[in-house]
Amino acid sequence: MAGNLAKFSTGILKGIFRNATFKPVSSVLTQKRNAHFVFKPDQPSTKFGPTEKMSYLQSLTSAMDISLREDPTTLIFGEDVAFGGVFRCTKGLRDEYGSDRVFNTPLCEQGIVGFAIGAAVAGSNVIAEIQFADYIFPAFDQIVNEAAKYRYRSGGLFECGKLTIRAPCGAVGHGGLYHSQTPESYFAHTPGLKVVIPRSPIQAKGLLLSCVQDENPCIFLEPKILYRAAEEEVPTGNYTLPLSQAEILVEGKDVTLVGYGTQIHVLKEVAELAQTQLGVSCEVIDLVTILPWDRETVCNSVAKTGRLVVSHESPHTGGFAGEIASTVQKECFLNLEAPVERVCGYDTPFPHIMEPFYIPDKWRCLSAVQRVIDY
Amino acid sequence: MYLNKVFRCALHQRSRTLASLNFQGKRASQIRHSTTSTVDADGVSFEPNRNFVTKLEFLEPKIEDAIPIYRVFDNAGKVIDPSQDPQFSDDTLIRMYHAMKTLNIMDQVMYDAQRQGRVSFYMTNYGEEGCHIGSAAALDDQDLVFGQYREAGVLMWRGFKLEEFMDQCYANLNDPAAGKQMPVHYGSRKLNFVTISSPLATQMPQASGAAYALKRTHPGLCVICYFGEGAASEGDAHAAFNFAATLNAPCLFFCRNNGYAISTPVGDQYKGDGIAARGAGYGMLTIRVDGNDTLAVYNATSKARQIAVAENRPVLIEAMTYRVGHHSTSDDSSAYRSVDEVDYWSRTDDPIARFFRYMVNERKCWSEVQDKAFTKDSRKKIMTAFKNAEKRNKPSPSLMFTDVYKEIPPHLQQQQKEMIDHVRAHKDHYPLDRHEPI
Repeated sequence: MAGNLAKFSTGILKGIFRNATFKPVSSVLTQKRNAHFVFKPDQPSTKFGPTEKMSYLQSLTSAMDISLREDPTTLIFGEDVAFGGVFRCTKGLRDEYGSDRVFNTPLCEQGIVGFAIGAAVAGSNVIAEIQFADYIFPAFDQIVNEAAKYRYRSGGLFECGKLTIRAPCGAVGHGGLYHSQTPESYFAHTPGLKVVIPRSPIQAKGLLLSCVQDENPCIFLEPKILYRAAEEEVPTGNYTLPLSQAEILVEGKDVTLVGYGTQIHVLKEVAELAQTQLGVSCEVIDLVTILPWDRETVCNSVAKTGRLVVSHESPHTGGFAGEIASTVQKECFLNLEAPVERVCGYDTPFPHIMEPFYIPDKWRCLSAVQRVIDY
Repeated sequence: MYLNKVFRCALHQRSRTLASLNFQGKRASQIRHSTTSTVDADGVSFEPNRNFVTKLEFLEPKIEDAIPIYRVFDNAGKVIDPSQDPQFSDDTLIRMYHAMKTLNIMDQVMYDAQRQGRVSFYMTNYGEEGCHIGSAAALDDQDLVFGQYREAGVLMWRGFKLEEFMDQCYANLNDPAAGKQMPVHYGSRKLNFVTISSPLATQMPQASGAAYALKRTHPGLCVICYFGEGAASEGDAHAAFNFAATLNAPCLFFCRNNGYAISTPVGDQYKGDGIAARGAGYGMLTIRVDGNDTLAVYNATSKARQIAVAENRPVLIEAMTYRVGHHSTSDDSSAYRSVDEVDYWSRTDDPIARFFRYMVNERKCWSEVQDKAFTKDSRKKIMTAFKNAEKRNKPSPSLMFTDVYKEIPPHLQQQQKEMIDHVRAHKDHYPLDRHEPI
């Protein structure tokens, strides 16, 4: 499946061979792959102690390092995890903690997750890596029929709360059908799971530590385009961020914008454009946890603004924006000044060369803001 | 011509039994685990075997090379090679026999209970009691058991009470899972028996992972994973074997090859030499055993466990047996197999009967008279437990929302309240009288 990353762009190659001097094949190629968003680091919070500049992927390494250190039962495994992982997220961990705790598995996602569930049931703290979220589907049965239902079906006699599954997800500029998916919607439909998508390094580390400590099986999706592009001053210590708590990143009064992951950075820019170009004040909310999601924060916001735009990369039909829209129209029906807008990937598989036309970019989101204002 | 393929295979296999325990496969130390490859003039080389040949020849699997079946006593209960008799005490033999017999009688009672509409569903274990008791007796009580659904004898051996079986089948308030699952989906933390789930073979890679975890935290313990020959076709089975082998997990994989996966005979399930032939492909120690010979099952499991724990490696045991009963109460097997075939197996090759003959003729520690008395007493105990289980209320419907997560999140609390409010407003439409208060 994902063995031949070398075939992909200079961006990904730079991620793998970061210590090698590497010249792009052509400057034209890199120009055309400008990201559709701008990452702006959050201000570090002092409450978690000293910080260090870390990229998103380094913040994950830090979280996993802490998990291995604090809990001797912690195991981290998946394809290519031993040498550091295809995205370097597990770099150095095997040397530090040993090959019985950080190891490669055979190339088999249903095995990775099944094995992970069993290890968690037997008392180990488990972080299982799926190399790309696009390849999580062979493990779908184990995740949905087993992990999610273990506690329920046994009355709590057995459970796999110590299981965390992490996978890179999302658009990366050139990933096409099988290196760009964000499958949050499939798992949102499964009671018993938690689904989390962090937007930044500070968030990623704190949320991964929360998922690891949470006593329910968690799916942790990491927008891969942020791995190197996003850098922040990240607390070096052990800290957690709350699950199922949406975060209001920008306060506003006219329109509520809801998203998660990479899309939050798009929406933050949309809020700025809405202010300068339309004189519209937007409230930007990062959902953070897809399941269980924070209805209260979103509904309170829409009760205030009366207008909602939800945006995600994954396809429109059956996408999580539908769940949010449906809940909001029920809870905030009389507050709504306009129908809820969804700006999502089109109902197609994720295209390669047409990615710029497919993704819910800031111009499509801004048009949606315009529509709810004009309604 | 009424002999179908299962029957013919069985006859063939019967002539190739082994009277001494012989695992297929090298000791772990003899297998070089290659984590590296070397590059020479011939290119990349992968250890261990690089014999080149110039004759173009394909490997053809031959039926004569089928892996033989290990047994201790024959169908008459007569020990073939005395050195293989584990020589249990009379007490142990009687305990084993009691467990098999009690299971058999309980199955009869519960099957009938379903037919009478008292429980919704049931699966019997007829013909496979030897597999359950033989293997369970060879384990440590702390060894973690992952089952498929036809291993009630393992629970019986470990001490699961008659009422516990029935409380689960009746889905009443005593069931630790609050009646959330269909009957026979048993589980017991105390007895280290992981709760059964319906999807087939999903327990297999979980067993590999659990064995890996236990190797690190509880050295000396192992995991046993039961599965049928049908479930062995699932991808999860392949994953389980490969992971356990590559990651050195002390896991016993116990395949109950009982001839059928519902209506699908083994001839439609696989083309090769059963499940045992696959072990070598994974680098796994393997044995094929007479599943209806309780002592052989014991010996094989005992030795397998010893090796698994000492060498941290998985072992595959394929137990050849026969599913005498229907797949479940939703199945009528006369639709796909002859009554004569079933009759043949239950008359000539039944694990309980063979064990009985061994105890009576070889060991002289049991008799027809004792058997009659035990059967009567057992049935009485079962009926008492049965009546008690039937009388108990079902759990409160509010429990529907517990254990989805460790905590009950806000949205579920809200749904729980909605459900309660709705039901209270429409009492007459819901079977509240059978449940604990909402």
